[in-house]
Amino acid sequence: MSNTNDLQEFVEKLKAHNADWVSEVVDALGEITIIVPAESVVDICAFLKAEHGFDMLADLCGCDRGPEEDPRFEVNYHLFSTTHYKRLRLKVLLTEDNPNVKTVTGLWKTANWHERETYDLLGIIFDEHPDLRRILLPSDFDGHALRKDYPLRGYEPYSLT
Amino acid sequence: MGLENPLFESLPDILTVKLDAVINWARKSSIWPATFGLACCAIEMMNSVSARNDLSRFGAETFRASPRQADVMIVSGRVSRKMAPVLRRIYDQMPEPKWVISMGACATSGGVFDNYAIVQGVDKVVPVDIYIPGCPPRPEMLVHAIMMLQDKIMKESVKERADTFEEESRRSIVPGTLPVTEGTKLEEQAEHASTRPYTVPSKHEKRRTS
Repeated sequence: MSNTNDLQEFVEKLKAHNADWVSEVVDALGEITIIVPAESVVDICAFLKAEHGFDMLADLCGCDRGPEEDPRFEVNYHLFSTTHYKRLRLKVLLTEDNPNVKTVTGLWKTANWHERETYDLLGIIFDEHPDLRRILLPSDFDGHALRKDYPLRGYEPYSLT
Repeated sequence: MGLENPLFESLPDILTVKLDAVINWARKSSIWPATFGLACCAIEMMNSVSARNDLSRFGAETFRASPRQADVMIVSGRVSRKMAPVLRRIYDQMPEPKWVISMGACATSGGVFDNYAIVQGVDKVVPVDIYIPGCPPRPEMLVHAIMMLQDKIMKESVKERADTFEEESRRSIVPGTLPVTEGTKLEEQAEHASTRPYTVPSKHEKRRTS
């Protein structure tokens, strides 16, 4: 198992800056996942980008844990640094009733389309997003296709079966 | 000393034939397909014009890049829901007379892709003349389909298609109505207009489905 001591540094720095920012830390498979509160994810990303060189958003993706879970949704931010080549994952947990999180398009332009995709397939709303509309599915699509409770053949009469 | 000499010796200078027979013979002898590959079936379609199978023996080797010059659309592969309006538009752009071959299981019935993203049979979008089974069909099967289409063309009558062109052009979708953007006026109109937004009903189709 690879060592994550170098990544734990960033956790400590986050905690030192604001103790509320780190809810939980998952250390597995040589990777660090920091579960952070949804309301402060933009501040955390801005801090990591400005102070610790995480200048690249490698990926942003959503996940549906299933309708029986609470919180049901998660949004993952995969950060990468082009200066010290370290990777860090931030995770935000969202409930079904309030699947809203603030956009990070102000920090990384690439988040625009990633967030549109996450909205398209999972129905997670990114507040203050400049152009939050569907990107993969047809614009008249009903529902969000990657939700666990979405029927495989779609809803009538759209499914045309 | 070719074929002409015995022919002209044995036949009169003027022959009387049915107009349908001559026109259909001309049409079936040069069916130009539209270049329209959607998935893995397109590889087999390309193979059918290769040296081994040589679709040009049946006059259908000239794949046209523009639908305006094409006679038959070979739907080769799965049609996604987003592709359906594009496919319909290409069909609408093809001039009469036109035919459609549904190639493979996916185009015919959705195949293994029984889900929200794939149209369950291209006949929900355009009228189909020939269905080819297979996953994917071999090039020979496509050649056979072309030959079946030729037989079908020989049975048609020119009169049946005479009225369709003007009527269809009047009722077809105007450019710019593809649902690629959200909230446009045309899209709102299309929503109210029909439950099958990608299909333009026409005399042409009614005749074929009956």
